[in-house]
Amino acid sequence: MHLSKEDEKALDGEFGSSLSVAYRILLAIGEATEAEKLVSIKWAHISGVNYNTIGNAGLKFLTEFSKDARVSVQTTLNPMGYDKHKKSIISDEFQNKQTSIVKSYMKMGILPSFSCVPYEIFDMPRKGTHVSFAESSAAIMANSMYGLLTNKESALSALASAITGKAPYSELHNEELRRPTAQVGVDTPLSNELDYGLLGYFAGNAISKSCVSLGCHGKDLNIMKAKSLSAALGTAGSCGMFTQEETNSEKIGFGKKEKDTVRDELNTTDNGDLIALGSPQLGIKELELISKSVVGKKFSKPCMIFCPRAIFNEAFKLGIAQQIENAGGNLICDACTCLTPLITSDEYDGIITNSIKGSYYFNKFNRIPVCLKDLKTILKEHLK
Amino acid sequence: MIEYVKCKKIVGGVGTGRIVYTKYPLNFLSSVDAHTGVVSDPSHDLMGISLKNSILIFPYAIGSSVGAYSIFALKSYGVAPSGIICTIKVDITTASGCAISDIPLAQTIKGDQLQGLSDNSEAILDANNGSLKINKV
Repeated sequence: MHLSKEDEKALDGEFGSSLSVAYRILLAIGEATEAEKLVSIKWAHISGVNYNTIGNAGLKFLTEFSKDARVSVQTTLNPMGYDKHKKSIISDEFQNKQTSIVKSYMKMGILPSFSCVPYEIFDMPRKGTHVSFAESSAAIMANSMYGLLTNKESALSALASAITGKAPYSELHNEELRRPTAQVGVDTPLSNELDYGLLGYFAGNAISKSCVSLGCHGKDLNIMKAKSLSAALGTAGSCGMFTQEETNSEKIGFGKKEKDTVRDELNTTDNGDLIALGSPQLGIKELELISKSVVGKKFSKPCMIFCPRAIFNEAFKLGIAQQIENAGGNLICDACTCLTPLITSDEYDGIITNSIKGSYYFNKFNRIPVCLKDLKTILKEHLK
Repeated sequence: MIEYVKCKKIVGGVGTGRIVYTKYPLNFLSSVDAHTGVVSDPSHDLMGISLKNSILIFPYAIGSSVGAYSIFALKSYGVAPSGIICTIKVDITTASGCAISDIPLAQTIKGDQLQGLSDNSEAILDANNGSLKINKV
């Protein structure tokens, strides 16, 4: 990968150790993805915020890195572990370490948005703009729904791009490589966001290419279906984009049998004692849908609903947040269903959710079985 | 019997260890215990296998973007592989995680040519010179 003389100096450490580390990361990715050059980006979105996931090693790295690292483009942040404005079971030690991580990011000039759905709360740049999104669901949404150009970045590569303002010009940054080289043929009805999540999980598992064609199922998706599909696709594999564009490559079939197989893998209990919604975090349309269902009713089980604080504030102005909370829904900001320490196997025996991504991590990371249902069914069955 | 396999350098360095091979992708965040380096996903064929001081040969990483920090954590806790080889593609998570952890990383040149290796084989990954030397048992 070609580096300018200034890039070379930065790599050699002339402008500080953090910038040198950032270029080392970009160089490795450039080699891995066969990039010819670096390209300027307008926006970076960073993951690796939740202490539950990056632990002491990540905390230590960020403390050191933030001493002389400063972002050079707009940079936003993924959710952390909990909502600091709510009383919770989180230990003082966790809170102190989480605060230290957030301080490191803010010291670098990163906006504390604590959201995995930046496309729901920030103005989107025009189509064709290069960005660097780490959150896998957000990267897939950016590429597939908003026409932005990003690879499915890692927490560290997006951080390197935030500092340098550049990303390796490869794979999904290159318009010529954004054509699908694999396709999934859907041969079963897809009626709700859960079905699209099952499709995403299947496609992620089956395909290692950067861009997959889903035929007509890759277009005109509402935001709920698109988010569910993107999150599941990103969780299961390495694919960073879906499209409706056809390709001549061999078609991999997704029929009833495949759909049932994925559901059987992730649906690991018949019931649960907690309803968890929001992986990815919910946007205003999803909160509106819930608020319409809760009128005159109460949740029959504890219900955690995760959304960005900006969305909560909007919902509060509209009176939606109050409606949901009056029905017993616990609206939690700044965190996400996925990998939050608020939901542990000590506290809960089973989780009811519509999120394939959430289900994957509950099963594999939190070790809690999951009952998968679509949102409308959850609301119908658990609002009395 | 000693065999040499050509590979492409992604992150330089030299690492020695026993081969740990899988044909299945790996999610570093959810499937590997960062403190012990042992694969902890019951559905993965490496379940219960330690990556510590190994030459890990696998297709590519999947899932969470935070997996890069998980690789760094393995290194920080002294339980990381000595070297990593990707057989299908070098994903960004693995490349960035190895870059900050100084773990030699390479890609095999002709696709998945390392199938059938015994896990007990010792190997030296010389990423600088793009070679994997395997002492087959």
